Amino acid sequence: MKGGFITTTFNSMLGWGRKYSLYQYPFITACCGMEYMSVACAHYDLDRFGMGWTRFSPRQADMLLVVGTITQKEAPVLKTVYDQMTEPKWVVAFGACALSGGIYDNYAVVQGIDKIIPVDVYIPGCPPRPETILDALIKLQEKVQKEGHEWRWSKKK
Amino acid sequence: MEQEKVIKDLKNKFSDKIKEISTQFGEKIVVFEKDSLLDVFRFLKDKPYDFAMLLDLTCVDYKGQQNRFEMVYHLFSLSSNLRLRLKTRLPEKEPSIESLTGEWKNANWLEREVYDMFGIQFSGHPYLKRLFMYDGFEGHPLRKDYPLRKRQPKIPMRK
Repeated sequence: MKGGFITTTFNSMLGWGRKYSLYQYPFITACCGMEYMSVACAHYDLDRFGMGWTRFSPRQADMLLVVGTITQKEAPVLKTVYDQMTEPKWVVAFGACALSGGIYDNYAVVQGIDKIIPVDVYIPGCPPRPETILDALIKLQEKVQKEGHEWRWSKKK
Repeated sequence: MEQEKVIKDLKNKFSDKIKEISTQFGEKIVVFEKDSLLDVFRFLKDKPYDFAMLLDLTCVDYKGQQNRFEMVYHLFSLSSNLRLRLKTRLPEKEPSIESLTGEWKNANWLEREVYDMFGIQFSGHPYLKRLFMYDGFEGHPLRKDYPLRKRQPKIPMRK
């Protein structure tokens, strides 16, 4: 047979395709954004891992990066952005504030974004090193690869 | 214009309204009567004193003291490079003071912040609504009797 052929399962092929085309929606509110910029730009270069495309519309994005402190006032905005994203979608909590509220244990700040939306990968650090972020995003790719992909997505609760 | 002259003129003009004048870190602190706010500030804003810039306007909560809230105003004179700090006390029950929005435009948001965080009423303010917290937020979070662990989420939390 001319050109050869490969054997795979549908699921792993779909996972492979999805993990190398993660379009990101950066929801940046605080100083962690500097580290995000450093990772996204040429020096650390997220594009090497197939995550380089930044989509500034939640409808075209697969991965929501919540970078920075989320206040109670901003919580409905983040929830709306998450709801607007089409399935399949993944969420990354980036930095101590998005994880747990960080040092801001007060009246104004949401104590971790998992109080509002489901989170797939947590990146600790205040702010995290670019290497930490790359490691976490590669872990997210592994998760995407291993996930059971369905044609019709049931909503994550 | 020297700082000493400003203080001297202020003392002469408002002898019954100025309660105390002290110095801290080389800057003068003037404590005045609450009802003379507009007179004192207009006097300082006009030439020759020319304190044309309102640097800051904030409040301190001294819970347990007789006049609980202390308003703090920072003025700056661009022409003579002078700074002046003015303070006055407000009672715990229905704390209110006149608004400075007629004199300085930037007092608008500064007073809204103080209203939001401490619940001070500014009479004559054109739009006295919360600046930082959202509609439906109860209480004033920077008051010392606001519970440390009290949370008022705007949308319901998961689990």
